Amino acid sequence: MNFSLARASLIAEADLVGIAGERAVCDPRGVLYFPDLRLLAVSDLHLEKGSSLARRGTLIPPYDTGATLLRLQAVISDYQPSIVISLGDSFHDGGGAERMHASFRERLEALISGRDWFWVAGNHDPEAPADLPGETVRELAIGSLLFRHEPSKQRVEGEIAGHLHPCARIVQRGRSVRRRCFAGDGGRMIMPAFGAYTGSLNVLDRAYAGLFRPDTLMAYMLGADRIFAISRSMLRPG
Amino acid sequence: MTEQPRLAEQNATVALPEPFIRWFGEKGWSPRVHQIELLARAQAGQSVLLIAPTGAGKTLAGFLPSLTELANRPRRKPGQAHRGIHTLYISPLKALAVDIERNLGKPVEEIGLPVTIETRTGDTPAHKRQRQKLVPPDILLTTPEQLALLIAAPDARRFFEDLRYVVLDELHSLVTSKRGHLLALGLARLRSFVPGLQTIGLSATVAEPDELRRWLVGQNPPGAMAGLITVAGGAKPDISILDSEQHVPWSGHSARYAIPEIYEAIKRHRTTILFVNTRSQAELLFQELWRANEDSLPIALHHGSLDVGQRRRVEKAMGENALRAIVATSTLDLGIDWGDVDLVVHVGAPKGASRLAQRIGRANHRMDEPSKAILIPANRFEVLECRAALDANYLGAQDTPPLIAGALDVLSQHVLGVACGAPFDADLLFEEVRGAAPYAGLARETFDRVVDFVATGGYALKNYERYARIRKTADGLWRVSHPRIAQQYRLNVGTIVEMPELNVRYVRQGRGMAGRGGPVLGKVEEYFAETLRPGDNFLFAGKVLRFEGIRENECVVSNGAGANIIVPSYAGGKFPLSTYLADQVRGMLADSDRWQALPEQVADWLRLQKERSVLPKRGDLLVETFPRGNRHYMVAYPFEGRLAHQTLGMLLTRRLERANARPLGFVATDYSLAVWALDDMATLFKAKKPSLAALFDEDMLGDDLEAWLNDSWMLKRTFRTCAVIAGLIEKRFPGQEKSGRQVTVSADLIYDVLRSHEPDHILLQATRTDAAAGLLDVSRLAEMLSRVRGRIMHKHLEQISPLAVPIMLEIGKESVNGGANESLLMEAADLVEEAMGQR
Repeated sequence: MNFSLARASLIAEADLVGIAGERAVCDPRGVLYFPDLRLLAVSDLHLEKGSSLARRGTLIPPYDTGATLLRLQAVISDYQPSIVISLGDSFHDGGGAERMHASFRERLEALISGRDWFWVAGNHDPEAPADLPGETVRELAIGSLLFRHEPSKQRVEGEIAGHLHPCARIVQRGRSVRRRCFAGDGGRMIMPAFGAYTGSLNVLDRAYAGLFRPDTLMAYMLGADRIFAISRSMLRPG
Repeated sequence: MTEQPRLAEQNATVALPEPFIRWFGEKGWSPRVHQIELLARAQAGQSVLLIAPTGAGKTLAGFLPSLTELANRPRRKPGQAHRGIHTLYISPLKALAVDIERNLGKPVEEIGLPVTIETRTGDTPAHKRQRQKLVPPDILLTTPEQLALLIAAPDARRFFEDLRYVVLDELHSLVTSKRGHLLALGLARLRSFVPGLQTIGLSATVAEPDELRRWLVGQNPPGAMAGLITVAGGAKPDISILDSEQHVPWSGHSARYAIPEIYEAIKRHRTTILFVNTRSQAELLFQELWRANEDSLPIALHHGSLDVGQRRRVEKAMGENALRAIVATSTLDLGIDWGDVDLVVHVGAPKGASRLAQRIGRANHRMDEPSKAILIPANRFEVLECRAALDANYLGAQDTPPLIAGALDVLSQHVLGVACGAPFDADLLFEEVRGAAPYAGLARETFDRVVDFVATGGYALKNYERYARIRKTADGLWRVSHPRIAQQYRLNVGTIVEMPELNVRYVRQGRGMAGRGGPVLGKVEEYFAETLRPGDNFLFAGKVLRFEGIRENECVVSNGAGANIIVPSYAGGKFPLSTYLADQVRGMLADSDRWQALPEQVADWLRLQKERSVLPKRGDLLVETFPRGNRHYMVAYPFEGRLAHQTLGMLLTRRLERANARPLGFVATDYSLAVWALDDMATLFKAKKPSLAALFDEDMLGDDLEAWLNDSWMLKRTFRTCAVIAGLIEKRFPGQEKSGRQVTVSADLIYDVLRSHEPDHILLQATRTDAAAGLLDVSRLAEMLSRVRGRIMHKHLEQISPLAVPIMLEIGKESVNGGANESLLMEAADLVEEAMGQR
């Protein structure tokens, strides 16, 4: 998708999703963009997950950080946000930023420079990433929105969170399709994981119990170049 | 070239110790020629391949060299160190090892031999395994996976130092898979421990015995072969094809039409085994038989997805002759000794001639009496195939899949296993590995890449040096870098990678997902369970079950009923038509003299085809085109098996798309392939845009194949298997999935990342090789394309031909999708929008 296409889709009113009065684009690449705030949110990058597992003898390909950064670069260059929020678990573990290859570090620094960049602390990376620009916060309130890594147990209007790696599944014509998704009920939004090696958990799993109003829950499933909005009644567990 | 067994009378007395001769005498038997011959050759220091039909006393023959040697061995004095394993017996099935323990224990006891025999399988308790290490039995019966584990133990060299013989049972079935590769590498390791080691291979009849003979001995010098003893087939089996009073269907696999006739046959015999090709067919047939079972005969079901406990109960009932019939799949194929089976019914075409021979050997396990079998073709093409198989069996022609070069994922696993056992020198290990027949042609450069992969993942981006699993130390030897690596290795050993499966948990009706604690009926593949909706009814374990939902790693079900019952399909259950049988079927089509042997309705069908269209010559490829509805169809009849046809279908549609014929889909069977399009393909062929010859040109196996492969789910599935075997990702164990999907890195994600960043990685190479050989059957397709070059016969028709009817009936049952997942999502999203009144 090129820049002009992305912009064009911003304008289409129907593609905008309301969250506590703010309007946002659920981009099929897995990021959330608030045009009125020029704010881009991305969650669960899990950078350096490959090297994290390699330390324990599972030598999966060391290309995940590069792949994730490449995709992040693409969305940032399309939207040109002035604020970027990385919603926690930006690194797979506390030592990730330190282990990161110099070339990746440079690419990440180039993305950060010239913007307000916030690292929200996650359970995998509670501390600020070593020697990287940007501000590390526990949570962040902007207007009516509250950005934090783990969704709170009680209902909070305007909360944008990650952590759970939501996906959704439908069955149509006897065939099953599972995709990562944004999950929202108009008041709260849980973002899909963005990292190249991140798995996902069905929105109907117990882990989501009590987070959403079931009657207005929608899964915004990621398609190849568009979002598919699916209501609760069409979703299947597993 | 068969070496005739030579037997001199005095030879027998020299070779066979007195207690054995006495035992044979007491039984009123005399040793068979091949048993003595094998003993003599083994005593002369030779490794031997024994090819013999079921019931020829193969097992005793295989163990005679060991038993006679052990009989003559002086007894161990008190205080003397325990002696190591003398003979290792390896079989493809755990059940077979257990069976042999029983069958061998009897003569050993009766002869009064001081010989201990034990099994060691995945089911052997830990304390027994430990004790076996300290006090080894003389004869150890085990599986390829257990051998790999024993070799990877630090005391392996000492454990095997007294080893004299390795007996390999059902060798023909062991060598064709990755398990065979792992075993070949294990044998090479054993040879390096014990240079004089002798092997004895036991096999059913095979087309290429020389391949197995090479497999049994070290390939230094290359081409070295074990000796060969062949026992001619026993009594001719009495095989017939059911000549049904009923109409034989055009297509389908259920053989429902023949149920009354099958039931009558069961009633006429003591015990019948009914073989089918897939688990779905087994479920269906079982269901239909019980519907017909007015006399309530004890009829049971046996297939690999059923719960182990249930399978054991069925096997036990069978052994006690308590059953009148049993419906089974290939889980029962191998040489387990059973009760008094006097009839084998084979439902569906047997697909490979040697498979047929094996299955028929099941009836009457005595060599001198004829086995009795009835073949039940499920459709008209299967009638032809059954006829061909029948001729093949009488001719003694046999086929096994061709042996393939050793897989690199298996070699990776082995290299790590060797390092877990003891530090290794790369030069010596390379020589050792090349001694294993499947790896005889391995290049040093490839071997080094495998070692690099085992050490650090072998990536171009050298990021993981500090996490290396094995390291080369100052003395030039490779060592495991951490004891944890060896632990991980032991958990992941083996080459059998199951598709993700869910336990089927039965709960009481009406309890829904709240029901708990019922029995587990068996397993279904996850992808099947995912297509079910709560309330759907499906057939499993011989019951109609109602799907309640998926809970963690369980598929919850209750009693079901009603129409619209779904039958689970199981990946990998379908064998393609063998090359040999395919050729036979083509020959039969071309030769109208041979139609006399066919049932009248089938012969009529072929005559009609000859009238309305044409029948191809044996080496030709017939391609028919005709319009139907507002579509244009092309049907080709290569008879090369479903896998090769599927691949051909994918490639042809790509080409037709480029030629703007606007193809819509295709469907493939074992016999033919149909493609349909919006445009008239006959017109395109006439205008040479492209010509039919150009469309079927072999060059489709170049770029087109590559491009299609890269996005294929088949490649992802294959990659997952390779990655698990090679130790890149860990096996999934039941119960582990509870922690949730978001913590595991799925093989699909790794595949995507690796493919875009390092497409030449050794694991992707291994994946492509596997896919080409297995799921795609590329080599067979290539042979076919080259065979039919200049021999493609195009027939344009105004309407569908008789020969095309079977495949046209398959359309809609199983069609092939492209980017259809997105359109399913769109459909669902549109439904939502419609319901909510948006847009």
